[in-house]
Amino acid sequence: MKIAVCLKQVPDTEARLRVNDAGTWIEEEDLSFAINESDECALEEALKIAEATEGEVVVFSLGPARVGEALRKALALGADRAVHLEDEAFAGGDALSTARALAAAIEREDFDLILTGSQSDDLGFGVTASLVAGHLALPHAWLVMGIEVEDGGTARVVREMESGKNEILRLTLPAVLEVQAGINHPRYASLKGIMQAKRKPIDKLGVEDLGLSADEVGAQGAGLEVLSVGFPDSGAAAQILEGDPASVAAQLVEKLQKEARVL
Amino acid sequence: MAGNVWVVLQHRDGKLHPIALEAITAALGLAQELGVEVEAVLLGSGMEALASQAASTGVARVHVGDSESLAEYTPGAYVGALSEALTTAAPSFVVFGHSYQSVDCMARVAHAIGAAILPEAISFESTEQGLVFTRPILEGKMHSKVRLKGEGTAVVSFQSASFEAAATDQPTSEIVPLVGDSGAWKADRELLGVEDVAGDAVDLSAADLIVAVGRGIGGPEKMEIIEDLAAALGAEIGASRPVIDNGWLPRDRQIGSSGQTVAPKLYVAVGISGAIQHLVGMKGAACTVAINKDPGAPIFTVADYGIVGDLFKILPALSAAIREAKS
Repeated sequence: MKIAVCLKQVPDTEARLRVNDAGTWIEEEDLSFAINESDECALEEALKIAEATEGEVVVFSLGPARVGEALRKALALGADRAVHLEDEAFAGGDALSTARALAAAIEREDFDLILTGSQSDDLGFGVTASLVAGHLALPHAWLVMGIEVEDGGTARVVREMESGKNEILRLTLPAVLEVQAGINHPRYASLKGIMQAKRKPIDKLGVEDLGLSADEVGAQGAGLEVLSVGFPDSGAAAQILEGDPASVAAQLVEKLQKEARVL
Repeated sequence: MAGNVWVVLQHRDGKLHPIALEAITAALGLAQELGVEVEAVLLGSGMEALASQAASTGVARVHVGDSESLAEYTPGAYVGALSEALTTAAPSFVVFGHSYQSVDCMARVAHAIGAAILPEAISFESTEQGLVFTRPILEGKMHSKVRLKGEGTAVVSFQSASFEAAATDQPTSEIVPLVGDSGAWKADRELLGVEDVAGDAVDLSAADLIVAVGRGIGGPEKMEIIEDLAAALGAEIGASRPVIDNGWLPRDRQIGSSGQTVAPKLYVAVGISGAIQHLVGMKGAACTVAINKDPGAPIFTVADYGIVGDLFKILPALSAAIREAKS
């Protein structure tokens, strides 16, 4: 099977976040970046399927030069080659304009399966790959918790629903599957994998390579305009208790007894 | 003149989904800002009772797509049914309540009708810059304020608990069949069945006291201090999703949108950052305590009391203090 995996490089949100000068995104300079968690699970799922079917895994990612690191990591984990959508015009996109570019890149080849994570940990639209499926006119499923490729060109897919229930679905391939973090435990890169990754190709594609114009992608092609970002209103924030562990514990117990009256 | 606001109503077991009633409130608010009406859509099979429920929620009209092909949700049939009617109506907004079903299909609807898409908004306001929507980003640590660039239709979803449920005792509105050729509403995937993965071994929804543990615990071998705090309080143990995904606790302990919804008197969130998917499962707690090393964790914005620090130092002290207070 030939499998495409779309992955996004996202900032590590454990870090202290600052709003950038324009007020429309966070200051990226002091942050570290990693492959989005559910995308890494999608890659793991793709690698397992490719191993079982002697298939090929091609990873796609859209973003600035730093994204090369994420792609190199994916290659070290076992992907065969990578496609980097890198063009200034791609910057500032929303789900709509990013999906347009990704779909155009994926469409250049024939894939049996397109896998990605269900939601990014930064912008969290959760709909980009479903839009890609729309462009490619393929069936899709969001929040996938299990994939079993069947003989006869179908896949049996487990999809998470609310309240602890799963749907069991059958989709005709090719299809776009958006996996939920937790579907598997992604592998670690081996030293051999890291060495091999250095020789694997990363193709770069810009707007023109995709047959698109700059006003169809990135911020220009987006349906949304970000006016500002900020921290949630702290008006309703918690009463923060301060002191050493014994002191905060005593304060909390007193408040739970006398203020909240729950103990 | 702006088009009307359409709202797509989800339902389950013959009743409107609570998120559908919240979506109606959001849609009515948007319509009021624009000076237009709200048109509701119901899709399914055998829809008479549901249609009359929907007709009493204050919407101007209920469009019912009633067809065998809509008996089970599939994006193919739903998008087929919605796209023709929406293309004809050219609404200003198509509103969905955010659910695991609506996210699965809203992007395909947006693509089919060439609309912009704005998922998981939590509020909107009318400003000098037009209608401005707020949505959480960076796993809820920050918020983003966005507006729509074009004049065309936008597909918007609202996160659960962002709006009150709409009243269901309003004067009955008109019920009409959804415009379109139902022969073209075709499934694009086959539903083989539904499985229950949570089981019903632990019913946390009835618990008065809950100690919930998150990724911050770091591993299953450290669960003892959680168990000790729960024992001191006489509380049940719950968990956020990463704990379950990592196999540190069984799935029937999961609290959040994909797990159980709880409403205890006291909810102690330990090492839980507070992603929206977790918050929607515990927002009903009467009193919430958050213990987390990250002062920027969104859990502190919903908690009543917060302790910023190392849970491995705070929990033993807290368990001891509770035992002392009880003795």
